[in-house]
Amino acid sequence: MRVQLLKLAHARSGDKGDTANVGLIALKEEYYPLLVREVTSERVKHHFEGICRGRVERFELPNLHALNFLLHESLGGGGTLSLMTDAQGKTFSYALLRMWIDVSETEAGALGIER
Amino acid sequence: MREKIRIASGQGFWGDQLDAPVRQVEGGSIDYLMLDYLAEVTMSIMQKQRARDPRAGYARDFVPLMAQILPQCVERNIRVTANAGGVNVEGCAEAVREVARELGLAGKFRIGIVTGDDILPRIDELLERGVELRNMDTNEPLSTVRDQIQSANAYLGAWPMVEALNQGAQIVITGRATDTGLTLAPMIHEFGWSQTDWNLLAAGTIAGHIIECGAQCSGGNCQYDWRNVPDLAGVGFPIVEASPNGTFVVTKHEGTGGWVNVPSVKEQLLYEMGDPHEYITPDCVADFTTIHLEDAGVNRVRVFGIEGKPATEFLKVSISYTAGYKAVGTLVYSWPDALDKARAADKILRERLERLGLRFDQILTEFVGANATHGPLAGEPSSDLAEVQLRVGVRGQDKKAIERFTKEIAPLILTGPPGVTGFAGGRPKVEEIVAYWPALIPKTEIEPRVEVTEA
Repeated sequence: MRVQLLKLAHARSGDKGDTANVGLIALKEEYYPLLVREVTSERVKHHFEGICRGRVERFELPNLHALNFLLHESLGGGGTLSLMTDAQGKTFSYALLRMWIDVSETEAGALGIER
Repeated sequence: MREKIRIASGQGFWGDQLDAPVRQVEGGSIDYLMLDYLAEVTMSIMQKQRARDPRAGYARDFVPLMAQILPQCVERNIRVTANAGGVNVEGCAEAVREVARELGLAGKFRIGIVTGDDILPRIDELLERGVELRNMDTNEPLSTVRDQIQSANAYLGAWPMVEALNQGAQIVITGRATDTGLTLAPMIHEFGWSQTDWNLLAAGTIAGHIIECGAQCSGGNCQYDWRNVPDLAGVGFPIVEASPNGTFVVTKHEGTGGWVNVPSVKEQLLYEMGDPHEYITPDCVADFTTIHLEDAGVNRVRVFGIEGKPATEFLKVSISYTAGYKAVGTLVYSWPDALDKARAADKILRERLERLGLRFDQILTEFVGANATHGPLAGEPSSDLAEVQLRVGVRGQDKKAIERFTKEIAPLILTGPPGVTGFAGGRPKVEEIVAYWPALIPKTEIEPRVEVTEA
C-alpha cells in the first residue's frame, strides 16, 4: 500500500544561502528504519523536481530517529537575492511530507500504520 | 561552584516578541538571560544607521528593554548576554549606562563589552596580504564585490564573553557573536570548563542551538500535534538548566503556554542543520549524532551524551554587499477561474515588460493559493478556487528598469482580466538588495577586545 510521509513523520526546514535543509523525524521510532530505506536522496531529488536544481545530500541521525536532507540550489539564489515567497525554505518541511512511499501490507500491519 | 544554573532565552531574532525577555525575568527563577538580535543581514542595516548617526548602529530595542528589567536584574543578580551591540557596541553600552543613571543604578553593576569582530576598516589590508575571504558557497574571491561591501564581521565565540563575566560584568554586550556563544559563555564561566573540554563545550553549544530561536523549541512553529499545543498566545520561551557535567534540561516557566517535549526539541535541533557530525562554531565542533533526549517530566526534556571535537583554526566572517535592486508586485483575482485569470494577467504583464524593452536578471511569478510554497509539488489546483494572488517579482542591476516595473502592476486592474482587486497598498517599493557573503578567516587575524567598566 502507499503511505504519505505526513502519516509517518514530522519535519522542520530552514536555509543556508541557496540550500534548504529539511529535517525529517519519525513520528514513532519504529518508523525510522522505514524512512532510512525508502526516503533516499535520489527519491527526494526526484520528489523536488522543478524546485531543487542541485544535488540532494542525506545524513542519518539514528539517535533522534531523524534524517537531514540538504537540497542545494533550491531557494532562487537564497537570502535577500531570492524573489520567492518562501525564500528561507520554511515550508519545504511540509513539501517533503507530501511524498508517498510503498509499504507492504505485512510491514504496515507490524508497524501499526493505518491506511 | 553552583551545581545548576538557569539560562533563559528572551529573543530569537531582532523583531521577536518585545515582552518575552520581561516575562522570562518576571516569570520565575533565572540566573542568565540570553538575547540574540543579529540575523545575517542585520549588520548591514546597522552599518547604514551608523553612517547617518554616529550614535546609532545597534539593536535599539535593547535599551528600553534594559530600562524595564535592569532593576530586577541587579537586585536578583540576573546576568545578561546579548549581541545587541551590532556595529556600535560602545554606543549601545553608553545608552545602557544612561538608563542606569536614570534608574539610580549607576555604580551598582558592571557592563562588559566585546569588540574586535568588525573587520570592515581592514578589508583592503587583508586582501592585500592575500587573505582572500572567498565565498564559502561559490568560492569567488571577495575582490569581485569589493566596491559593494557594506559590512564585514567575524563571528566571535563564547570566550571573550566568558572573560567579561569573569571580570564581573552583569550585562555583556557584543557585536557579531555567535548565537550559541551567548548560552555557552555562562556555563564556561560558572563551571570552569577549559578550552579543550570539547564534549562539554559541544553540550553548551547544542543547548545554545536549542534555545537560540526562542519559542521555536517550546511549541512555536511545532508540526508535531500542532492543534494541541496549549496556549500559544501566552507561549513560554525556553530555559536551559545546565549542570557542570554537560547534561542539561530544556524547560520553561510554570504557567506559561506552549510545550517543551521530545518532539518539539527534536524539531529545533534539526533547524538550519548541515552535516550533523560537524556543527562548527568558533568554540568547538559539535556532533549532533551523539545527542540523547529523554522525557524528564511535564515540559522538561533532559539532554545528555553529547560529544564534541576540537575547534577549527578559522572564524566565519559575515560580509554584506549591495547586489542590485528588486521589487515584488501583487494583485488578487477572484472566483470563477481565478487561477486562469491570474495566469492571463501574468502573460499580459510580461508582454508589456518585453515591449518596454526592460531587462531583468530574473522575473519570478507565483500564484499564491496555488503554488507559492510547494511549486509543482502542489499539483494542478481545483478550478473552483475562491481566489488567487498573482505575485510577480523582478531583480536586476538597473534601478530604472525595476522602477518601471512597479508602475506596470496597477494598470492591469483596468486593462487586464476581470475580477481583480487588492491594490490598496499602492505601487510596489523598489528595494536595494543587500546580499550575504559567508567567508572564513584564520583565527590569528582576529583579536577580540574585552572591556568591563562600572555602569
